Amino acid sequence: MKPKKSPYDHDRDGHDLTGEALHARLARTWGREPGLLGWLSTVDHKEIGRRYLVTAFIFLTLGGILGLVIRAQLATPESGLIDPDRYNQIFTMHGTTMMFLFAVPVMDAMAVYLIPLMLGTRNIAFPRLNAFSYYVYLAGGTLLWVAFALDVGPDAGWFSYVPLAGPEFSPGKRVDVWAQMVTFTEVAALAVAVEITATILKQRAPGMTLARMPLFAWAMLVVSLMVIMSMPSVTLASGMLISDRLVGTQFFNSFENGDSLLWQHLFWFFGHPEVYIIFLPAAGFVSEIVQTFSRRPAFGYIALVLALVATGLLAFGLWVHHMFTTGLPRLGYAFYTAASMSVAIPTGIQIFCWIATIWDGRPKFDTPLLYVVGFVVTFVIGGMTGVMLASVPLDLQLHDTYFVVAHFHYVLIGGAVFPLLGAITYWFPKFTGRMMSEAAGRWTFWIVFLAFQLAFAPMHWSGIMGMPRRVYTYPEGLGWELTNLLSTVGAFLFAAGLLSFVANALVSMRRGKVAGPNPWDAPGLEWATSSPPPPYNFPHIPVVAGRTSLWDNRGHLPAMQGLRVDDRELVLTSVIDAVPDVREPSPVPTIWPLVAALALTTLFISSMFTPWAVVIGSVPVAAALIGWFWPKDAKVHPEPVID
Amino acid sequence: MMRRASLLPFALLAACDTVQSTTGNDGSQSELFTGLFWIFLAVTGIVYLVVIAFLLAAMFRRGGRRQDGLPDEGESRDGGLRKALAGWVGVTALILAGLTVASWIADRRLAQAAASPALDIEIVANQWWWEVRYLDHEPGRIIRTANELHLPVGVPVRITLRSNDVIHSFWVPNLAGKQDLVPGRVTDLTLRPLREGVYRGQCAEFCGLQHAHMALDVTVESAAAFAAWRQRQSRPAPPPTTPLARAGHDYVTSRECAACHNIAGTPASGQVAPDLTHFASRRSIGAGTFPMSRGHLYAWIADPQSAKPGNNMPYVGLEPDELHAIVAYLETLR
Repeated sequence: MKPKKSPYDHDRDGHDLTGEALHARLARTWGREPGLLGWLSTVDHKEIGRRYLVTAFIFLTLGGILGLVIRAQLATPESGLIDPDRYNQIFTMHGTTMMFLFAVPVMDAMAVYLIPLMLGTRNIAFPRLNAFSYYVYLAGGTLLWVAFALDVGPDAGWFSYVPLAGPEFSPGKRVDVWAQMVTFTEVAALAVAVEITATILKQRAPGMTLARMPLFAWAMLVVSLMVIMSMPSVTLASGMLISDRLVGTQFFNSFENGDSLLWQHLFWFFGHPEVYIIFLPAAGFVSEIVQTFSRRPAFGYIALVLALVATGLLAFGLWVHHMFTTGLPRLGYAFYTAASMSVAIPTGIQIFCWIATIWDGRPKFDTPLLYVVGFVVTFVIGGMTGVMLASVPLDLQLHDTYFVVAHFHYVLIGGAVFPLLGAITYWFPKFTGRMMSEAAGRWTFWIVFLAFQLAFAPMHWSGIMGMPRRVYTYPEGLGWELTNLLSTVGAFLFAAGLLSFVANALVSMRRGKVAGPNPWDAPGLEWATSSPPPPYNFPHIPVVAGRTSLWDNRGHLPAMQGLRVDDRELVLTSVIDAVPDVREPSPVPTIWPLVAALALTTLFISSMFTPWAVVIGSVPVAAALIGWFWPKDAKVHPEPVID
Repeated sequence: MMRRASLLPFALLAACDTVQSTTGNDGSQSELFTGLFWIFLAVTGIVYLVVIAFLLAAMFRRGGRRQDGLPDEGESRDGGLRKALAGWVGVTALILAGLTVASWIADRRLAQAAASPALDIEIVANQWWWEVRYLDHEPGRIIRTANELHLPVGVPVRITLRSNDVIHSFWVPNLAGKQDLVPGRVTDLTLRPLREGVYRGQCAEFCGLQHAHMALDVTVESAAAFAAWRQRQSRPAPPPTTPLARAGHDYVTSRECAACHNIAGTPASGQVAPDLTHFASRRSIGAGTFPMSRGHLYAWIADPQSAKPGNNMPYVGLEPDELHAIVAYLETLR
């Protein structure tokens, strides 16, 4: 190491500092304190991402158990297993948990972990905000489930239509819990969206132009912008609901010139994009998996990117197809029918490109690619029923029946959970350093895939035969007995499949085959570092010249040098061409995000009991934020050197 | 998947027999639905098979890629696939445009059916029952009933829909698609039954605790039978004849029941619960909770809260003789 010449001449990675010595210096700089306080203070995107992932899977398990309870109740007509009050809480909790606490956060989890690695940077943008978002999410989910355990679980559906969810027809705290839980997840999701957007736009490795960005990053960019556009709508809606319920406003009370349909517009203006917020990250997984296992760059990169963007835009123009039965003007419906159907065009493009990649490559059908095949087979059925539901005359019959239940489980499980399981299998070695068992993975895939069909295909018939959703029981003799029984059997088998997936993951975490940095011989930057990656992600920041860096540069990935090793430093690049721009300090671990999240939690929860909590509770929040943003010494950062 | 597709017609045929099915074809609106549904099913089914065929071909094809599995930047060899993609987009767009137009035409025909109704009915939804009014210019011909609908076959009927509390959705799938009842708004639905028969409708928008028990019995009958039914319904309740029924009448018209229920021709004139004037002529109790029978009637009146937990009819704590009398009286309300 050179002696320092001036206060600005810090130790940097480069020719003088490399290998073990570099690792030791960077690990010290980017590591965190051991112990509980260090654990709670971490701002490492990988640690936060892992926590997000584990938490989301815990909520999946809880929500899944409720799904099984629902299926047990509906297995036979006139079942007395659970009473209607409990049932209504259970189906509300199932939907709320799956949508707000599993589907969106699990995609956030994958993005928070993977995006900085895929882009070749050392940490996510705004890493403290990232930690904060996790704690807020955890608090929101805990609030919901503790309330449910105390018999104060929401019971007005995951969509909380007013006036049923309003103060008159849902007295008590149940819907307040729902509305505040939504507030928590809004805060968390918006925070992650902002981090991901900033990371993608400003922290890509030098040379990774937008046109060379991994498709998963493109998907997450579109999704994050969608979150930023759509969340304000549900924020507004849930805020109005809370104030209707708690301080006596009348936004949704039609007897005081409020309007109950206003809720539906605001909710679905968020709720429909939400579906794509869940699906598009999965589309990103599929693109990455298909590319790696077909041994070929993804076919139609530009078409895939345009399809993502088009889906993101169209998603905002079709919320009214959730409202075809409300009696809005018929002429307007035609527009939403056309808009809803047109989503099938970008989706069809994506499906084509993925199959074409397999077609033109030399596919290797390991477990992740099997999930992609299962995804296509299943998701396209959901797409077809989606086209049917876009048609007004068909929707008038099928709306709010089990046909719709079948449709969105095909879309969400087939379209998002299958790719997710494939993605976890695919990136598991990166997360843990070990491979998941391939044999167990294949068995699991077949159980999950077949049991899913058994559980959800019969629901199409239940719906066509006239069975409405959200009923806690149904009479005999309407022809629904067999299909419901099949669904129940399938649901339990499906749960067994998911359980074996988790078991495989848990066992493989300890006993799996040790994976090298790049066990699948994949092309993305995340595979250029060790598995699991060190706290600083990359010893040297890679430099990118194509879309499949590790395939293009076998063994000699070019790298950039000159980032400080004695302080946390990132290189920021220009938005479009990823030309190195400035060096940027990256925040160090701190406990303040946790403190701020706890203060905010106190505010949110106590505001369910008195509006004054918003006033009084903002004091600790402000104090925590002051601690968080306490000014530090300005440092001068000369320009980096590209080698 | 393909096996499922081939089974579908049989499942649909089986479904036609039930009283609550979207494929019953028992109304001109539901007939439109079924026709359109088949078009969509055939088109999307074919597209699905094409996609699966492409997928299978891609999976089992052993192409001419480099043996080491690592192609150079593949875009240069994509010519054929690019053309196929362009073709695929074009075909998808055309198919979707076709389906959109088909859907639009069907929707227009649904809307046109609303042009000339011959019968006006108003339905007001409540948690968790349906109030039904047959409207007429002559006040004497206005009738009020609950949880049942009698319709003359072949006649277009306009149903005006309102809600007293939360959002409900009126849905008799054998006859027509659903229409929400939104508090603060008035919506309507026109339907034309094509076949005589008994059908079942059910609330299709989650409306709270007993959403599952908010059904509606629909009888489609000949014009003569309908006229006779309407004539009967417009009469006041028959006076009780047996001593037991008379005791029941006295209880019902002077005690708790009368506060909520109306029985035309008696002092019972409550307005917040189902009209009971011709109660015993209905097919079910508690908005489709039970079929109409003496046993269920006993169960319902003795303890409405275990029969349909959460409904607005309170437990009164009747003595056995009061219970016998009330049931005996209610059975005379035909």
